[in-house]
Amino acid sequence: MNENISRYSRQIKLPEIGLEGQQKLKNAKVLIVGMGGLGCPAAQYLTAAGVGTLGLLDHDKVDITNLHRQILYTEDNIGQPKAEAAQQYLKKLNSDINFHTYVENLNTENAISIIEKYDIIIDGTDNFQTKYLINDTCLLTNKPWIYASIYKYEGQISVFNYKNGPTYRCLFPKAPKNDISCEETGVIGILPGILGTYQATEAIKLILELGDPLSCKLKIIHTLTMQEQIIKFKRNEAAANTILQKPLKLETVDCQLKDNNTIYLDVREPHEQPQPEHKNILRIPLSQLRDRYREIPTHKPVNVYCQSGIRSKKAIELLNETFDFTNLINVEGGIQKILK
Amino acid sequence: MSNSVTVKYFGAIAEQTGISGETLELTHDLQNASQIKAYCIHKYNLNDQETIQVAINQELNDQGTVKEGDEIALLPPFAGG
Repeated sequence: MNENISRYSRQIKLPEIGLEGQQKLKNAKVLIVGMGGLGCPAAQYLTAAGVGTLGLLDHDKVDITNLHRQILYTEDNIGQPKAEAAQQYLKKLNSDINFHTYVENLNTENAISIIEKYDIIIDGTDNFQTKYLINDTCLLTNKPWIYASIYKYEGQISVFNYKNGPTYRCLFPKAPKNDISCEETGVIGILPGILGTYQATEAIKLILELGDPLSCKLKIIHTLTMQEQIIKFKRNEAAANTILQKPLKLETVDCQLKDNNTIYLDVREPHEQPQPEHKNILRIPLSQLRDRYREIPTHKPVNVYCQSGIRSKKAIELLNETFDFTNLINVEGGIQKILK
Repeated sequence: MSNSVTVKYFGAIAEQTGISGETLELTHDLQNASQIKAYCIHKYNLNDQETIQVAINQELNDQGTVKEGDEIALLPPFAGG
């Protein structure tokens, strides 16, 4: 215990924290959904601060394009599940912490059973569908969650469903048609670092009941101008009740094809968003093309798309060279170009 | 500058407008938040119109009337992480 006290001595010294606060941190259980640019710094600071139980959830593996912003990972981790690679690092930082890793997506099947085990949920996700799912699950299980999102140089952060406060649906009632990820738009690596660190700050404030949490407030940060803004908003009781009265369901990110008569081949992985529903879309991930190329029509034009147009180009090269396709057209610019 | 408001743009909206904000003269047809939103959507041909939220003087309010000197913000949701 003495060693533990020394480790946390600089924060225990703060009169608002003290030994009692440190014990509260030790008893706290925080789940981080998405171990990317936001989740990494949040997990790092919460581990260092001595939050007793940390859940790390991510279905994805470390990729070299993650390293400029997902600061828990090194080149040696490429190809490893993020949740496990993060745990390896964090255990070295603080062996007192009880980690739970989930190498899976959050979905309607597992969301309640995972989230109900924790006190606070941190949103490190990169898509609207999971953000709405976290929101609705937190309403059903009565948990506060700490939201953040980034776009290029700009970030948003808020605390939802805290002590009957507003939820994500009170701020943004309608899910947008298109998910635009860092993969497509680009992002400055430090931005999720700033937002993730703010999320960890809010989590510690909630655990210790310190200061004013960002409930009823959306904080917007712009890194190019360093301007910040706080927008206030209220809980919409009717919207909350609609969620509470229904079983959990995925928000459909409403997207439709511009042209319903063209045949499409989607070579993305099944989890990638958005996923327009249409009978003319054939879905074969790039990695399965060699085994499933026979499913692709050969006698009419097929438009091949992915998220940005790069993988679909590779797919066409493979199919033309290896299986003699001549009818494939690359959708330059990816999925967004074929949506209404 | 008589009878005008400031409009601030965020996220992808600022990219589509090409500016972070501007001053708008309040006219007979520009008297409330939803009219200002509709005006900006039309002027800049903004995407995902129904998801854009409006704040008047740093408070979410898509119906309220506006008056001289108010600060209006157009906020898009985004989901990067």
